[in-house]
Amino acid sequence: MKTSVVSVVVKVADSSVYLRYIFNTCFRTVEPLEYYRRFLKENCRPDGRELGEFRTTTVNIGSISTADGSALVKLGNTTVICGVKAEFAAPPTDAPDKGYVVPNVDLPPLCSSRFRSGPPGEEAQVASQFIADVIENSQIIQKEDLCISPGKLAWVLYCDLICLDYDGNILDACTFALLAALKNVQLPEVTINEETALAEVNLKKKSYLNIRTHPVATSFAVFDDTLLIVDPTGEEEHLATGTLTIVMDEEGKLCCLHKPGGSGLTGAKLQDCMSRAVTRHKEVKKLMDEVIKSMKPK
Amino acid sequence: MEEEMHTDAKIRAEIGTGCSPRGPGCSLRHFACEQNLLSRPDGSASFLQGDTSVLAGVYGPAEVKVSKEIFNKATLEVILRPKIGLPGVAEKSRERLIRNTCEAVVLGTLHPRTSITVVLQVVSDAGSLLACCLNAACMALVDAGVPMRALFCGVTCALDSDGTLVLDPTSKQEKVSTWLWKGRGLEAKGPESPQWDWLQVCGGKRGVETGSHCRPCWSVVRSQLTEASNSWAQAVLPPLPPE
Repeated sequence: MKTSVVSVVVKVADSSVYLRYIFNTCFRTVEPLEYYRRFLKENCRPDGRELGEFRTTTVNIGSISTADGSALVKLGNTTVICGVKAEFAAPPTDAPDKGYVVPNVDLPPLCSSRFRSGPPGEEAQVASQFIADVIENSQIIQKEDLCISPGKLAWVLYCDLICLDYDGNILDACTFALLAALKNVQLPEVTINEETALAEVNLKKKSYLNIRTHPVATSFAVFDDTLLIVDPTGEEEHLATGTLTIVMDEEGKLCCLHKPGGSGLTGAKLQDCMSRAVTRHKEVKKLMDEVIKSMKPK
Repeated sequence: MEEEMHTDAKIRAEIGTGCSPRGPGCSLRHFACEQNLLSRPDGSASFLQGDTSVLAGVYGPAEVKVSKEIFNKATLEVILRPKIGLPGVAEKSRERLIRNTCEAVVLGTLHPRTSITVVLQVVSDAGSLLACCLNAACMALVDAGVPMRALFCGVTCALDSDGTLVLDPTSKQEKVSTWLWKGRGLEAKGPESPQWDWLQVCGGKRGVETGSHCRPCWSVVRSQLTEASNSWAQAVLPPLPPE
C-alpha cells in the first residue's frame, strides 16, 4: 500500500516537471529571443555559461598523415579541421622572392542544414577572405621564408579549412586551426641542382616553419544593440543584431578587427572587447604550447 | 532631372606623389555626388571622392523569390562589381559588410516580403574604395525613397608608421600605411550623439598596433567622422521644399 502511494506522488511530481520541460522547449522554439533575454537579464546563457566565458576548446595536432601539417580544433560543438599542403610554384612576377599562402574555408552541407552543395556560399567566402586578411596582416609567416630560388621556385602553402560541425563562432575556430596547423607544418629541404636546374627534395631533412606571430581571434555577438556576449553559439549568432571579431597578437597588439556592419558600438565597449581578447589570447597560447610540447619528443 | 552638388568645404589638391603635407586638421579629398542619373533603377547615385568613383543603383521594394522571402521584413541584397575582372571573394566580403550596414539602417519592416537590391559598380579606384561604396549606397537608397532610420557615411583612415593620421587616403598612401580603418558613422536626424559602427579595421601591411595606441587615434577619427558626416550630409542632401 505504502509503495503505491509513494509511486503516485512521484508520478505527479514527474508530470509537473515534464510539463515545465514541454513549456520551456516550446517557448524556446516559438519565442527564441524572449527566451534568451530572460537568461541574459540574469547575466548568463541557456547553456550555463557566463557572458564572457568561452566554450571548452580542444585541439589535436598532426592527425592527417597525408598533409604536411594539420590540426583539428573543437570549440564546444563547432569543429574545424585544417590541412596544409605544400607544393612548388613559380613566385609572382611582381614579388620574385616571395611564396604564397592560400587559405580556403569550406562549409560543406555536412556541418549544417543551412548550407547546400555547390559553389561556396557567402558565409564561406567571407570566412576565406577573413583568414586571408589575418594571414596578411599578422605576418604569421614571412613570405620570403617560402622562397627557394628567387624568380624560379617558391613554396605555396594551400591551407584548407573544413568545418565538420557548425555551431557558431566559425572564425575563432578557423584562426586557431590555421595557427596550430602551420605550427605543425614541416617542409623538406630543397636544393637546386646547378647542372640540371632541377629541384632536389630531401625528404629526410625536414624543418618547421618559422611562425613569427600568434594571432588569436575572439568573437562577440551584439544583442539588442547593447549587450555583448563572447563566443556565440549558432542559435545566438542567428538572434544577434551584430557580430564583432578581434584578432589579437602577442603583447596586446591588435591585428585585425572585423565588424561587418550590424548595430553600432561605442568606443568604450570596443575597449572592453579588446581587453577580453587579450585574456583569450593568453589562454589559447597556453593551450597551444602544451600541445606542441606534448608532440615534440618524436 | 539632374541635381549636382559639390562641396567646397574641404578641398585638398591631389597632385600625385607630391601631396602637400597634412596639417593637424586632416582634410578629405574633394567629394561630389550626383543623383537620379540612371533611368531604369528606382534610385541611383554616383559618388566621387577625389579620383575614386562608384556608381550605385537601387531597385526596390520589388518582388522577391520565395526562397529568399522573409515574412516580416524586406530582403536586402547588395551586388558589388569590380572595375576589372570577375567578382571574387573580396567582393563578397565587402558585399556582406555593406549589406549588414544597410540592414541596420533601412526600415525593412515597412515592406515585408519584398526585396531591395543595391547594385554598385566601381568606376575608378584611387584609394578609400569601401567608404566611397558606402556613401554611394546611402545616396542611392535616399534617391530611391527607401525608408531609413538614419543616414550613414564612411571614411577611410590610414595610420602612418610615424603615427600621423591620414583621412581619405589615396591608393599610394594606403599601400604604405601600417593601419587602415574604414569607419562608418550613423547620423541620427539630430546630429547629437551619433553612434559609431566601426567596420573593417584592417591591420597593417607591416607591423601591428597596440591597443593603447588605438585610443587617441579613435578619438581623432571619431571627431573627424562627425565633421565629415555633418559637412557632406548638409551639402549633399537636397534642401527641404519650401512650405
